[in-house]
Amino acid sequence: MLKDITLGQYFPGTSPLHKLDPRMKIILTVIYIVDILFASNIWSFLLVSLFTVGLVLISTIPPKIVIKGLKPLIFIIAFTVIFNIFWTEGDHLLLSAGPVKIYLEGIMYAIFMIVRVVALLAGTCVVLTYTTSPIALTDGLEQLLSPLKKLRLPVHEFSMMMTIALRFIPTLVEETDKIMSAQKARGADFESGSLISRAKALVPILIPLFVSAFRRADDLAVAMECRCYRGGEGRSKMTALHFTGRDFLWLGIFLLFGAAVILINRFAPGISL
Amino acid sequence: MNNTPYIKAEHVSFAYKNDDSGDVQVLRDVSFEIARGEFVAVLGHNGSGKSTLAKLLNMILSPSEGRIYIDGEEITSPDFTEEDLFRIRRKIGMVFQNPDNQLVATIVEEDIAFGPENLGTTPAEIRARVDEALAAVGMTAFARHSPHQLSGGQKQRIAIAGIIAMLPECIIFDESTAMLDPSGREEVMETIEKLNRERGITVLHITHNMNEAVRADRILVVNDGQILIDGKPREVFSHVEELKAVGLDVPQVTELMWKLRGQGIALPANIIDEEEGADLLASLIRGEQSK
Repeated sequence: MLKDITLGQYFPGTSPLHKLDPRMKIILTVIYIVDILFASNIWSFLLVSLFTVGLVLISTIPPKIVIKGLKPLIFIIAFTVIFNIFWTEGDHLLLSAGPVKIYLEGIMYAIFMIVRVVALLAGTCVVLTYTTSPIALTDGLEQLLSPLKKLRLPVHEFSMMMTIALRFIPTLVEETDKIMSAQKARGADFESGSLISRAKALVPILIPLFVSAFRRADDLAVAMECRCYRGGEGRSKMTALHFTGRDFLWLGIFLLFGAAVILINRFAPGISL
Repeated sequence: MNNTPYIKAEHVSFAYKNDDSGDVQVLRDVSFEIARGEFVAVLGHNGSGKSTLAKLLNMILSPSEGRIYIDGEEITSPDFTEEDLFRIRRKIGMVFQNPDNQLVATIVEEDIAFGPENLGTTPAEIRARVDEALAAVGMTAFARHSPHQLSGGQKQRIAIAGIIAMLPECIIFDESTAMLDPSGREEVMETIEKLNRERGITVLHITHNMNEAVRADRILVVNDGQILIDGKPREVFSHVEELKAVGLDVPQVTELMWKLRGQGIALPANIIDEEEGADLLASLIRGEQSK
C-alpha cells in the first residue's frame, strides 16, 4: 500500500515545458503568479483562462490529472464563492429576499476568484511540479539562490538535505513495509479498533523506523566524508545548467502575457474588480 | 617502482572510550605492511577488530597508540591537517557494508559524480570519469536509474563506481559483501578482482567469508585485536586447528583434506582449490585400485 506514494508528482515527458531549464521554470512561475494577480477585469480574466489552458495543453499532462490535482481546492473555492455572492454590494441588484441581497457584481467576483485560484494552482503545477523532476528542481533552486550564500545562508546545505531526503524516502518506505509485516507476523493489528488504538499501534512501527533512520544517517555521514565531502566550498557540478534560446523565448512569452493583462485592464472596458 | 610499502602500521592500538566499564580495547599492538597493488583479505569473526582496522587507515578513527603510514606519509602525525586528510581520503576509497547507506543521489550517475564533484573536478572531466567508472563495474545501462530500483549487488557496484571515479590508489572494502545474496557477492568479488588486476589498485578486503578470502594474494587473520596469522591463502588455511580454535572456518575442500588426514590418509595440508583437491583424491583412489 505504501508503494503507491508518487514522489513530487513528476510526470516524465518531452514537452517544451519539460525541456526548460529548472531555474527558468522557477522564474517563470513567479512571473506567472504576478501576472495573474494583476488581472482585474473580465477580459483580462478571460486571457488568463486561455493562457492557463494553453499551458496545460502544451505540457502534455493529461487534463484529468490536472483537474484531480485541483480537488483539495474545493473548500477554498466554495468558501470564497459564498462570501463573494452574499456579501458583495453593487449597482445591479438581481435578487432580494429579506436580508439576503445578491448583486451581479457578487457573482462576477465569485467567478473571478475561481479563475484566479484555479489558474494559480493549475499553472504552477504544469510549469513546475508536474514537468520538473524533484532533483532538477533542487538543483535549480540551489543555483538560483546561490547569491544568498554571500549573506551566509546555508543554500548548499539546504539543497543537499533535499537531495538526501528524496534519496531516502523510497528506502524508508520499504523499511516501514518490512517493519509492519514483522509486527503483523507477531499479531499486531493496525486495521481495527478505535482511532486512538490504531494510533497507538503505530508506535511499534515508528520507534524502530526512527532508530534505523538515525543509524543510516550516521553511516551516510561517514560514507560522505570518505568521499571527500566537506560542504559546498570548492565543489563542482557534473551538469552545469545553461540557459538556451528556448528559455529566453519562454521568458518573453510570460512577460508579454503580463503586459497584455495590464494593457487589457487599462484599455478594455468591462466589469472589473 | 619504489620499495616503500603502500600501507604500513606500526604497533597500532585502539580502544573505544566507554564510560560505564572503562575503555574497550579493540586492537592491540598491530603491525603489518601492504605493498602497492596487493590484494589482501582481512579475515576475522565479528568483534575481532577487523572493521576498526579499516577505519583507522583513512582516519575515520585515530589510533590510541602507534603510527600508520600511507604511501610513506605518516597520517597519525600530530601536524597532519584537514587538507592532508582530504588528500589521503582521495587516495584511499572505502566501500561499506550496507549499500543503501552510502548512496547519496537519486540518480545513479549523479551519485557516482558526487566524489569527483567534491574534489572540484571540471564538468567535462567528471562526465568522462563517471562514464568510465560505470563501464568498469558493468553498469552503463543503469546510468539514469534510481538506486532503489537496483539489487543489492548492483547498488554495491554503484558504490564501487563512485569510489573509482575519484581515481583512488587503494580501495578498502569493509564487509562490502556481507549483506548481499550469493549472486550479488560474486558480482562484487569479480569487480574487485578486476580492479586489482587491471588497474593495479591496492585492495584491502575485509570479510568473514573464507571463500572470498581464498581469492586474495594474502590473508591477515585477525582475532581478539591481534594479527593471528599473516600469509598466502595456502599457508593460512593449512593452520586448520588454529583457525578452528578462534571460531573461524576453512574452505570446505581444505576441511575435507584435513579430516581425511586425521584418518591417516596422506594428503597435503595446503589445498584450497576444489579442482586441485578433486584431482588429488582421484589419483589417490586410482592408486588404491591399481594396487
